[in-house]
Amino acid sequence: MNDDRRTGDHSRTDDASRTGDHSRAHGDRGAHGDRRAEEEGARSLTLHFEGRALPARPGQTVGGALVAAGVTAWRTTRGRGRPRGLFCGIGLCFDCLLTVDGRPDRRACLEPAVDGMRLTVTNPGEHPRADEEAPDADAR
Amino acid sequence: MPTPVESGTSELRDPRDPRDPFDVAVVGAGPAGLAAAVTAAAGGRSVLLLDAGERPGGQFWRHPPPAPGSAEGEDTVRVHHDGARFAALRRALAHHVARGRLTHRPGHQVWLVTRDEDGFLIESTPVHPGTAPVTRRARARALILCPGAADRQLPVPGWTLPGVMAAGGAQALWQGQRALAGRRVLVAGTGPFLLSVAGGLAEAGARVVGVWEAGSPRAWASRLPAVARVPAKAVEGLGHVATLARHRVPYLTRTVVREVLGEDRVRAARPARLDAAGRPGPAGDEVPVDLVALGWGFTPSLELPLQLGAATRLDADGSLVVTVDDEQRADIPGLWVAGEATGVGGAALGVAEGTLAGLSAAGRPTEGRAARRLRARIAAHRAFARAMHLAHPVPAGWSDWLRDDTVVCRCEEVDAATVRAAHDTLGADDARTVKMLTRCGMGWCQGRVCGLATALLASHHAGRAPTEADLAATAARPLAFPVTLGELAELGDEEGGFGGDAVGAGEG
Repeated sequence: MNDDRRTGDHSRTDDASRTGDHSRAHGDRGAHGDRRAEEEGARSLTLHFEGRALPARPGQTVGGALVAAGVTAWRTTRGRGRPRGLFCGIGLCFDCLLTVDGRPDRRACLEPAVDGMRLTVTNPGEHPRADEEAPDADAR
Repeated sequence: MPTPVESGTSELRDPRDPRDPFDVAVVGAGPAGLAAAVTAAAGGRSVLLLDAGERPGGQFWRHPPPAPGSAEGEDTVRVHHDGARFAALRRALAHHVARGRLTHRPGHQVWLVTRDEDGFLIESTPVHPGTAPVTRRARARALILCPGAADRQLPVPGWTLPGVMAAGGAQALWQGQRALAGRRVLVAGTGPFLLSVAGGLAEAGARVVGVWEAGSPRAWASRLPAVARVPAKAVEGLGHVATLARHRVPYLTRTVVREVLGEDRVRAARPARLDAAGRPGPAGDEVPVDLVALGWGFTPSLELPLQLGAATRLDADGSLVVTVDDEQRADIPGLWVAGEATGVGGAALGVAEGTLAGLSAAGRPTEGRAARRLRARIAAHRAFARAMHLAHPVPAGWSDWLRDDTVVCRCEEVDAATVRAAHDTLGADDARTVKMLTRCGMGWCQGRVCGLATALLASHHAGRAPTEADLAATAARPLAFPVTLGELAELGDEEGGFGGDAVGAGEG
């Protein structure tokens, strides 16, 4: 991609949780370090989640990076206003939707982490659904 | 800031005219699909392999991308059970791709398959638009569907809290991305897969505070002959048990999660013992956890076979599966199905079925000694799978642990009281009617998560056993995956090969 934002050593995944809680991030818990990655000194990317910097590794998805940084939820349900994050983890349940670089309703569990990516909360109804999206075939 | 390339600009002009069919198309590059594709290519056929994943292996042989400077797959052989088999298949894949016999299109989600007198028309959409070349349409004379399966779920109070995940999803996060979804983990549900998940997470550094298995080990006692036919499975299981013992993971049987507690995320879970009739007793003490990994076996992904109208049956685990003959042929001319979609049974069974399907679809001999050995292996694994399914059933009294406000359909937030009311006050006595009246299973996931529960509850309230029709009502999807209106509009362009009866099938 374009400008290289690799900012050196972010392989200590707890950097992110030290930047403090975030009102939209339900449940900010201690980070889950990955000893193997630290040992290997894996290159790190930086994601921007609701303005907060999170580390990610090449090959991780957005959802993987979020949970590794201790963020468990990033969406609120339309009906009951309940928090949601990863559930199925493999692209089937659509619980983990979020907005990636302005593109709404992306599945965090499938979206590859790209350095500099901007992640914002997707709540159904808040965004006009992208014109071309036809997620619910029954609705036609 | 990265600016992803808009889809369209990066699309390959496929050198192959979409009207020029492949001899064989294979959908899915897990164990069955890989075996089918390389076997058909070895038979001299032109083969197309379409897969939603970026790297071959499917859900079973999931692996992280190679570290910079190392070759794809070196890690996998070491990490995975059965890694040598995967490595051999991947070498064969590379071999046939290099010789131009096999076209591998990763990152392609197939969302519609139709059939006409010339064969099959296959529509796919990029999983990551703009990041890689995509060819949206392909034709093939023969089609082998190997769509795999996903974690099967039952609702339980609190299961919508962040920190409750599908067991396979929690495992995939670690295996594919080296990300741990929790530190204090409870693994619960039923089946040997729970041991694999718990062992993997414990090895990864999580503290696994328990495996709560709804089944009883005694259920296996009467089924030892089936186990003895597949010694490798027993060895694999013992390996997991040894891993759990090393990490001192408590393994409780006839135990289920009665409820998950927390406000905005998981804080604890409470167990319950199952009685002899499979009904849960009162909830026990809270066990503090931050991740609950749930799995009740697997649901085969039948969207594509159902689009084509393939005949189905109920398997021993209560899942809807495709009916196939002794060459893996479905009852649609030119269609073969292999792997979990014909009955959940694991990777080794998938490889055997895929190989047989590849032989048959390529017109290679299916009567010789090698084919007989394949059939014997399939029969042994099927017998093992049946024993496993019967030893690890969905508890008969599972719906007793639902409360009125327990969410059944996560997408539409339909609760158990609403599903019950569809029967009690509106007279719905089948899953299709419950779905239409309550929107249960009609949200983003199209019933992939709540489909089983909806079918089981609908039939339970009607006072009867679930039928194929109940399961089909929550499994059939007019489009296998959400696509854009632009993609829908393009159907009918070019060759006009869009069979109109696929969209809308199975939906009211």
